[in-house]
Amino acid sequence: MLGYIVRRLLSTIPVLGVVALIVFLLLHFAPGDPAAIMAGDSATPAQLAEIRQRLGLDKPVFVQFFYWLDQLRQGNFGTSLHSNKPVAEMIAARVGPTLSLAVTTMTFSILVAIPLGVYAAWARGRLSDRLVMTLAVLGFSTPVFVTGYMLIYLLSLKAGWFPVQGFASLASDPIRFARTITLPTLALSTVYIALIARISRSSVLEILGEDFIRTARAKGVPERSVFLRHALRNAAVPIITVIGSGAAFLIGGVVVAESVFNIPGLGRLVVESVLARDYPLIQSLILLLSVIYIGINLVIDLLYTLFDPRIRY
Amino acid sequence: METAKTKEILRIDNLDVSLVESGKTLIRDISFTLHAGETLCLVGESGSGKSLTSLAVMGLLDPGALRVSAGRILVEGIDVLAASAEELRQMRATRMSMVFQEPMTALNPTETVGAQVEEVLRVHGEGNAVTRRERVLKMFEAVHLPAPERIHASYPYQLSGGQRQRIVISMALILNPRLLIADEPTTALDVTTQRQILALIEEMQQKFGTAVLFITHDFGVVSDIADRIVVMNRGDLVETGTRDEILARPRQDYTRMLVSSVPSLVPPGRMPVTGAQILEVANLNKVYTQGSFLSGRRRVDALKPTGLTLATGEILGIVGESGSGKTTLARCLTRLIEPTGGAIRLGDTDISAMSQRQLRPYRRRFQVVFQDPFRSLNARLRVRDIVAEGMLNFGTPREEAYARVGDLLERVGLSVEMMDRYPHQFSGGQRQRICIARALALRPEVLIADESVSALDVSVQKQVLELLREICDETGVGIIFITHDLRVAARICDRVLVMQRGEVVESGSVDEVLTRPAQAYTRELIGAAPGRNWDFEHFRPFA
Amino acid sequence: MQKVQDLPGKAPAAARSRPRSRDWPVRVACAFLVFILIVAVVGPFLTSGDPLHINAANRIKPPSAEHLFGTDAMGRDVFARVIYGARTSIIVGFVAALASLLLGLAVGLLAGYFPLADATIMRVMDGIMSIPSIVLAVALVAITGANLGTVLIAIIVPEFPRVVRLVRGVILSLRSEPYVEAAISLATPTWRILFRHMLPNTLAPLIVQGSFVLASAILTEAALSFLGVGLPPEIPSWGNIMAEGRTYFQLRPGLIFFPGIFLALTVLSINLIGDALRDRFDPKLEKRH
Repeated sequence: MLGYIVRRLLSTIPVLGVVALIVFLLLHFAPGDPAAIMAGDSATPAQLAEIRQRLGLDKPVFVQFFYWLDQLRQGNFGTSLHSNKPVAEMIAARVGPTLSLAVTTMTFSILVAIPLGVYAAWARGRLSDRLVMTLAVLGFSTPVFVTGYMLIYLLSLKAGWFPVQGFASLASDPIRFARTITLPTLALSTVYIALIARISRSSVLEILGEDFIRTARAKGVPERSVFLRHALRNAAVPIITVIGSGAAFLIGGVVVAESVFNIPGLGRLVVESVLARDYPLIQSLILLLSVIYIGINLVIDLLYTLFDPRIRY
Repeated sequence: METAKTKEILRIDNLDVSLVESGKTLIRDISFTLHAGETLCLVGESGSGKSLTSLAVMGLLDPGALRVSAGRILVEGIDVLAASAEELRQMRATRMSMVFQEPMTALNPTETVGAQVEEVLRVHGEGNAVTRRERVLKMFEAVHLPAPERIHASYPYQLSGGQRQRIVISMALILNPRLLIADEPTTALDVTTQRQILALIEEMQQKFGTAVLFITHDFGVVSDIADRIVVMNRGDLVETGTRDEILARPRQDYTRMLVSSVPSLVPPGRMPVTGAQILEVANLNKVYTQGSFLSGRRRVDALKPTGLTLATGEILGIVGESGSGKTTLARCLTRLIEPTGGAIRLGDTDISAMSQRQLRPYRRRFQVVFQDPFRSLNARLRVRDIVAEGMLNFGTPREEAYARVGDLLERVGLSVEMMDRYPHQFSGGQRQRICIARALALRPEVLIADESVSALDVSVQKQVLELLREICDETGVGIIFITHDLRVAARICDRVLVMQRGEVVESGSVDEVLTRPAQAYTRELIGAAPGRNWDFEHFRPFA
Repeated sequence: MQKVQDLPGKAPAAARSRPRSRDWPVRVACAFLVFILIVAVVGPFLTSGDPLHINAANRIKPPSAEHLFGTDAMGRDVFARVIYGARTSIIVGFVAALASLLLGLAVGLLAGYFPLADATIMRVMDGIMSIPSIVLAVALVAITGANLGTVLIAIIVPEFPRVVRLVRGVILSLRSEPYVEAAISLATPTWRILFRHMLPNTLAPLIVQGSFVLASAILTEAALSFLGVGLPPEIPSWGNIMAEGRTYFQLRPGLIFFPGIFLALTVLSINLIGDALRDRFDPKLEKRH
């Protein structure tokens, strides 16, 4: 068990390295001279050279890469070209709303999707199964911004139950938090619920075809137990795998949803930094979101051991 | 005791099972009875409907695909087909139980085996948590599992195939049902384990007076355990009778054909082969290293240094159980895996260390026939192109190659018109013939047959074995014949090597090894071979 | 892996007869997709409206006989813009999907058959796949500047590693198939094994994957454009139309809903067809992610 955890932790190192390299090269080979962008149009060659030296841009690529990594290690994520504030500070200011949204979405989705998927597997082939599955396809075919505006139109503009946009933190105003977080959570959840429900259904159905399910039936286990005790537990690994890989959709969705609902989180910061071509900020944000994604999947892999004893070697 | 012995436990009257969608009947008009303490063997080749019959008794037919369309099934006088789902559930494990073929997949991988056996008691409302556990431990002892406490807390993956099958048996018998259905329970096991499991079933049967419906394709097993036999073929019941009636005096042609196809352990008596040596293997070995630097590297000797020779016109059998290294040897010989060391001398050339590129010209001199006839052929190519592929690779003009494909197909007992068909249009036996034709197309000196008849039904197996022998005698190709089945080796081989744990433990002429084995392991294998006392070909026991 | 060993006649017949009564959603999806394709090709000739014609006097009008979907903030005809948008979205989607498939196939074959290349390739692919795709796409556009080519690249780069992983998986499992080993034993050259014995078996999963890549590509383009970092505003695409409609959403929700519904229905159709293809080719092939 410990061996597995250590090995799994170690195995993320090369992935992190490759991600860091990709993010670094992405911006390194971006057209346009970062120094020139930083300095602005009216900079003199001397100013440019000074900035280059300060950023280490006059060194070979791999030296720059390791210099950059070393800076990251020290917690120095650079300075925004645009606002001149430290990138770390700008990101920290925006983490809260995004984190709230991600947590509510994940919780809500998992709570809804797994029962839905298991139910569909139980009702396999019946009208209710087909209905649930068709809705699921519709769910991940509809982009977050379309779902989001539909919800705003129906529940805010027409029904008036929720504010159209905005955000309040849980600590400052719990009631307003609940009112503002509901629609973005619903909008983000549709894709996630659809993904998890589909995989829950198909995994449970696949497990139901296994020999040991026949054994369970042969020994007189009631059908309900066959589903919940034997099939669902064995279907857990593919289901939580999708919860992990689906986090990529969630992170992408956050970028869009924050824009739709005007939530001052990391997603909005991504768009703002891109529009402003604020390279140090973009770099750090991609890296951060990727690390979060890798981290979620690391946790998922460790969760495997809870569900499948064979992984505890 | 006599009355209990004759009590009717299972009665099947005129049973039909058909497909729900098309209404096509898969088994027709099956009737037989089974009495307390009796072992009834349901025998047939693949597609005979023997498993469907047993699933119908348990009420385990997939309701979406199959249904019982006619007939009656009575278990201890209760009509299974008329029972409600809940009644049926309550009958399972209490009145009727089932043991399945694949012990590797028959258990839930995510629960301890102890919990899984206890579940039988729990769902049938037996005892409390403490007494249940005690009962399970006692049952584990009864089925001779070592260290019941430790086994109780183990997950299936931590146990061997034989141990898992004992778990499944204890699960089936813990509530002392009167009917045990065993569906090929030993087919996936090695012969020595098979022997133990068969003995266990017999022991349990005597202890509890259980009626056993034993489903198998193996007449060897049948001759060892059956009281009575039901023979099925393509969904029909062919013949029913006592063991001796069926094995010694079969009335139906199909039964005669089937029984006489079963190889027996006594070799037919062959002349020693005098051909020139074509292959010499010396110190061939394969070492795997497993694990990472964290868990510590482990060295696994899949094949310890092994030598052998092969002459023209000779069939050399390599016999062993799973894990004996026989397949590793075959794959090293064919260079599908890289041997760690040793020499493979084909004539004067050592091919063991050549690169795949250097090896290519030599490939035509040694060819392979694999085990699984369904996966050995590219489903998207016509037979013509499959058989011609090797010849085209070696520069034979297309027309000439296709002409030879026709000859080859006829040689292996197929016809020229079949050239334009696709593999899926052929049966397993026919596909294996195509594989043989493909291998022969290059006129190889050595043919390596890796479990080539293991996936085939016994009647087809016999024909393919005869074909290989004929080809060997006719063309002088040397054959290395790898098998787990001593009886098959006895029928076809001139010499055999017996392997165990990666090394050869005994070798010699087939007569010598099988009739006067020098090693304890060889004796054990022979002792475990099912049906060794029966001369199937001549419908009589060996004297 | 798909099963190639099904018994003749039996299984395929059952598979063919079963879904007949249930495949109406797929038929509707096919019909809708054909409709969208026709709209994309000939639509611009059918509408009299000019998607670029600015009419300051005619701003944000509700739907009318003259302007079926109303007009936008610059007085342009939204119906015409949605029709032209179909062309953009479909072209971008198909080109990006095709390029992802071809690139993924080439790299996947390489990784699957040549163990030396495998480790390096898969490390890089794992790295790319560890960056959430929208974020990567946004970043790529940010760096290269938004135009048609860079948007295509921004969609292809996050998408093709999944194809690589699929193809590699199929190739690896085929490598140990006896029929491939038989081909090796017959001294069949490597390129021939790859192209004759392996490639055809990757096609079915690749077509299925292709439909999901296509759906994903169309969605990514729309998301990029919606966020204002995608196609330049002068090219009408569904995402762009919605991006521009945001300001007046409360007044004219149709500015977002008309293109949004077209987008969702198109993607839905593609996904339904993809599901049907997957069920037909191989019930066990999992949806990607």
